[in-house]
Amino acid sequence: MIRTEKLKKKYGRFEVLKDIDINLAQGQVTGLMGPNGSGKSTFLKSILGLVIPDSGKIFVKEKDIKNKFDYRKYIGYMPQTANYPENLKVKELFKIVKDIRTDKKDYDYELYENFRIGETENKFFGQLSGGYKQRVTAAVAFLFDPEILILDEPTSSLDPVSVEILKEKIIKSKTDGKLVLVCSHLVPDVSELADRLVYLLEGKILFDKLIPEIVNGSGGTLGQSIKKIIEKINSDNEC
Amino acid sequence: MSVKILKYIFLELVRSKFILIYTAFLFTFSFAVIYIGHDTAKAVVTLLNISLFVVPLVSLIFGTIHFYNSGEYIQLLLTQPVNRRSIFLAEYFGLSFSLSAAFLAGAGLPLLIYGLSISAALLLFTGVMLTFIFVSLSFLSSVLNKDKVKGIGLSVIIWLVMSLIYDGLILVILFAFSEYPLEKFILILTTLNPVDLSRILILLQLDISALMGFTGALFRDFFGSITGMVTALILLLLWAALPGLAALKVFSKKNF
Amino acid sequence: MSGKDIEVCSECNVKTIREAIDLTEDGDRIIIKKGIYREYDLTADRSVEIVGEAGAELDIDFKGGGITLTKDNSAISGLTVKNMTVSYVKDLSAIRIENSKDCRIYNNFLKNTFFGIYLANSSSVEISGNYIEGNADTETSSGNGIHLWKCGGVKIEGNRISGHRDGVYLEFVDSSSVRNNYSEKNLRYGLHFMYSDNNSYTQNIFRDNGAGVAVMFSEFIEMTENSFIQNRGAASFGLLLKDIKRSVISRNSFSENTNGIYMEGCNDLEMMENEFYSNGWALKIMGSCTDNILIRNNFIDNTFDISSNSSRNTNKYSENYWDKYEGYDLNKDGTGDVPYRPVSFYSMLLEKIPDGVILLRSFMVDLLDFTEKAIPVFIPETLADENPRMQMYDYD
Ligand SMILES: Nc1ncnc2c1ncn2[C@@H]1O[C@H](COP(=O)(O)OP(=O)(O)OP(=O)(O)O)[C@@H](O)[C@H]1O
Ligand SMILES: [Mg+2]
Repeated sequence: MIRTEKLKKKYGRFEVLKDIDINLAQGQVTGLMGPNGSGKSTFLKSILGLVIPDSGKIFVKEKDIKNKFDYRKYIGYMPQTANYPENLKVKELFKIVKDIRTDKKDYDYELYENFRIGETENKFFGQLSGGYKQRVTAAVAFLFDPEILILDEPTSSLDPVSVEILKEKIIKSKTDGKLVLVCSHLVPDVSELADRLVYLLEGKILFDKLIPEIVNGSGGTLGQSIKKIIEKINSDNEC
Repeated sequence: MSVKILKYIFLELVRSKFILIYTAFLFTFSFAVIYIGHDTAKAVVTLLNISLFVVPLVSLIFGTIHFYNSGEYIQLLLTQPVNRRSIFLAEYFGLSFSLSAAFLAGAGLPLLIYGLSISAALLLFTGVMLTFIFVSLSFLSSVLNKDKVKGIGLSVIIWLVMSLIYDGLILVILFAFSEYPLEKFILILTTLNPVDLSRILILLQLDISALMGFTGALFRDFFGSITGMVTALILLLLWAALPGLAALKVFSKKNF
Repeated sequence: MSGKDIEVCSECNVKTIREAIDLTEDGDRIIIKKGIYREYDLTADRSVEIVGEAGAELDIDFKGGGITLTKDNSAISGLTVKNMTVSYVKDLSAIRIENSKDCRIYNNFLKNTFFGIYLANSSSVEISGNYIEGNADTETSSGNGIHLWKCGGVKIEGNRISGHRDGVYLEFVDSSSVRNNYSEKNLRYGLHFMYSDNNSYTQNIFRDNGAGVAVMFSEFIEMTENSFIQNRGAASFGLLLKDIKRSVISRNSFSENTNGIYMEGCNDLEMMENEFYSNGWALKIMGSCTDNILIRNNFIDNTFDISSNSSRNTNKYSENYWDKYEGYDLNKDGTGDVPYRPVSFYSMLLEKIPDGVILLRSFMVDLLDFTEKAIPVFIPETLADENPRMQMYDYD
């Protein structure tokens, strides 16, 4: 459902993405990991069209997204930091996105309700706590029951209960046959949610493996396995 | 789609109250000027000064601030199936229409109450054109600068150049080359600056006696003709369109 | 003395004006009946009165001039004279009086003239009610509507003159008056005085001429109750004064001229109760002008009130109404408490760079004016009306 070819992005002279080739299928949760600044968010934003790549191609549902916008109706997106208008009330925020999305009429209120967003709907978005902001962005992302979910560190500010709620929702989406691309620094999140792990390093894919492959190859936890793989690749490169 | 976005931009502008303050300011000022002067012709002269001074300044500064403040809003919209161009155009027309409406209500109503003259109508027309032109420039200045302070800085510079420095240069040229016949050259120079062009269009109504003396006759012959009026209109439209299109081009490639 | 009448018409015994003139003696009348007479260069060298009846038309057909009178007590009236030759050598005119006195030229219609009415070396002549219409296109190829040279005691009244070089031209003329004429669309001046002292012009209208009136090298001219309207153009004035002394300009109205009055080399003029309305410059007063007085005038809606090229001033401004005056009148005596300074820095700049007028009402110009007002450097301190009126005068 999502495929990229030789995706390149520079900020000034600084290359953030270097020839990213990836192919993501539906019914699968792909975890995206990598050190800070390795280009994860930039990659996600490229798919959304928030960042315009310098070269390479991105296909969503087999269609090149260059200069397109309509494909975004298939995507629910949770940004890493919620830059939504601060002077909008929560309920207005929902009203606006629903108003804009004329293509969908049956909304998925599950997260909205489980996160108890109704209780804060008269607050301004800017007044919300960090965690509540993240709840709101999550509820917005899932609201239209999209086929593709792109989540940029979705649990980073959430309390433990909320984390579980979100994880359940993600797993449910996967079993519904959706494509989930989730970026996270938290190994437990990835090991619980993901079927596959893509590891970015300095704008390149260091490895792209199914989770069982990673764990079986070394024995031990996912975290330890990842560390081992990275060490191995590094030493290979040094030889 | 653009219409819906327009609606939200209007709502946001209303919320910011600035437009209302702007309207109230213009209205109070115009009313006072007309009321004290008892004379629409003289009022038009005073309003001309303030409209050539305030309209570009407000459009530039407020346009820039608005564009930066809309950043979050734009980001929200960009996660939805909305065209970047639609967003940009909606922002542009939403703001330009609001500021124009404020100008028409603020400066136009008092003039209308006291009887509209050709010069007053021209004043209102050029005021609206200048609003569109300087909102366009403000957006260009905004998309060229990531940093809000730099963006506002550039806008202030644009304003200074168009309203003050440009005319200063013309004066210097006139002094330096006073021996040469410069009428045509000066005519072209002034026509190229939308503030000067607007000013002269109105002067041709207000101060025709003084203008008839020198280059004025040239101006009157030119702008009095259909070709001249069409040229003036096209020039003003180009000034509104070109910076806006350049800004749109940058905006289309912008990373959020 | 009453002589005989000689009638001229195509059925009459006398068929041409020339024949008729030949038949007259001093004191006779020639009655020209309706009809077109194709004659030219006629001279009546005796005292005759030539009367054109309705429809009597002398068509010169571009062959020369019209009728010349050379004796005292002559007159021409009611005649149409048209189609004159343009001559660069001779001052050909429709009606001419030479070396005579006590003559009258009235109610004639002169069309396609070169010179209309030409008086040389004559006195006590009345020129009234004539309609003189030229079609001048360049100054060098055109003559004047009414031209006086070395005359005295001439009355020019109620004429309508257009399309000449000067509407009325007076050179070495004295003790004459120009009253109630309408002079428009003349290439150079509506009325022109040269070296002519002790004259007056009153209640005339000068519209859309190269310049309304030019008064040059003359003294004791009384200029009252005239209207100078829409005399606009590159070097255009309502009234141009050059080297004029001891004259009075009062109760005139100057409106919509490029320059209401332009004066240089003038002294001891009294300008009183004039109205300057909607001119580019109400008054341009050059540095060479001294000791003139401007009192009780109205200045309304002019782009510039006063302009000067000099940083010295000996002219006196007092009790004028200036619509641009922004002062106050605390003791309510109708006179502003702070002086009005009618000259702006920008208007002085324009004396050096006239094309700078294109920056009129630009923010930058306002800034310059404001600065000069705050810190006066260039504008003479004395150039001010110490007693500006708060209310406009109503002269009627
Ligand atoms: N708009 C931008 N302009 C310039 N540089 C940028 C911009 N956005 C990101 N970068 C740079 O690009 C690089 C990759 O940023 P990105 O946000 O994609 O990293 P990340 O992998 O998401 O990091 P993190 O784990 O901290 O979220 C960083 O070095 C960042 O500084
Ligand atoms: Mg990131």
